[in-house]
Amino acid sequence: MAKIGIAVFPGSNCDRDVHHVLNSVVGVSAEYVWHTKDRLAGYDAMIIPGGFAYGDRLRAGIIAAHSPIMGEVKKLAKEGVPVLGICNGFQILVEAGLLPGALMMNDSLRFVCRWTSVVVKNNNTPFTNQFAKDQRFMLPVAHGEGRYVADSKTVRNLRTEGRVVFQYSGDDPNGSVDYIAGICNREGNVVGMMPHPERASEPILSPTGSSDALLVFKSLVSYLSGSSSTTTSTSTFSSFSPSHSSSHRPTRTAAIPAEKQV
Amino acid sequence: MEKPRRIAKFTVHVIIENKPYINDPEGETILRDLISRGGYSDVTSVRSAKLLKMVVKSKSGREAERTVRKLCEDLRIFNPVVSTCTVTLAGQAQS
Repeated sequence: MAKIGIAVFPGSNCDRDVHHVLNSVVGVSAEYVWHTKDRLAGYDAMIIPGGFAYGDRLRAGIIAAHSPIMGEVKKLAKEGVPVLGICNGFQILVEAGLLPGALMMNDSLRFVCRWTSVVVKNNNTPFTNQFAKDQRFMLPVAHGEGRYVADSKTVRNLRTEGRVVFQYSGDDPNGSVDYIAGICNREGNVVGMMPHPERASEPILSPTGSSDALLVFKSLVSYLSGSSSTTTSTSTFSSFSPSHSSSHRPTRTAAIPAEKQV
Repeated sequence: MEKPRRIAKFTVHVIIENKPYINDPEGETILRDLISRGGYSDVTSVRSAKLLKMVVKSKSGREAERTVRKLCEDLRIFNPVVSTCTVTLAGQAQS
């Protein structure tokens, strides 16, 4: 049975939510891994949960990015092990160099905590294979530094290589370039997202009663069990091909301001 | 440049600033809602930045500055994607 590790830093505060969803809702084995651990063995996937690791000192995610566990996460990521960073976890992955760009203070200068709608732009990752392409679903954001920015070349590459995994849809909570809510690395196994799927995986938590965000975790389980194909996704993650993905990217990108000021 | 033979303490300033193409809502708000509103119309731009003051044990100021430059690069004290980092020697620290 697959075993999933949940990295815990001083200041993590979504680790228990992820632990609950994986163990009690999805029904897969997941356990906490303290940040000082410098050897990770036996984990089929790693989740870097949200929170305020090290109190966001210096810059959100930077101090955690230097912790022993992240050295191990980098090794696993290189081996193709799925890694998901949620909110502060996304910031940590960016600061660790596993994902490009940066997450800056929201353009509103405010901490934004509200439900939002995102659209799945790439349903060919270990964390999105159970979604239909362009599927919209609701989940909350809760961050002060979630404005995704990168230089225009990086953004262009993310777009053309199908590495924009989630986009905000009909909402702009933080001023991210291209409304980016989540991205993946070139290989597709490392995904970072600002919204919180673990807070939207049960109907009781959702204002609309939907729990579609659970598909993020179900996708992982499906991927780990080697059956990520769905009726909506005909290709498995092992055949993840950026150029293939971009060939059927929707026209929505054209409707988005090509380069929002960042 | 003074070069004491003995180990001394030097203060080195590190300024981390967003690159020009990154908008700076904090600086914009300070300019718009504080400075301009306060009547100081000659001020046309404000950019916020973070200042770190480091006290470094070193044989010379230049070496202290070099040490800080290196650690800024090695430890990603600034995010090179979006920020610039200016390292300046402020002088010998009071010990």
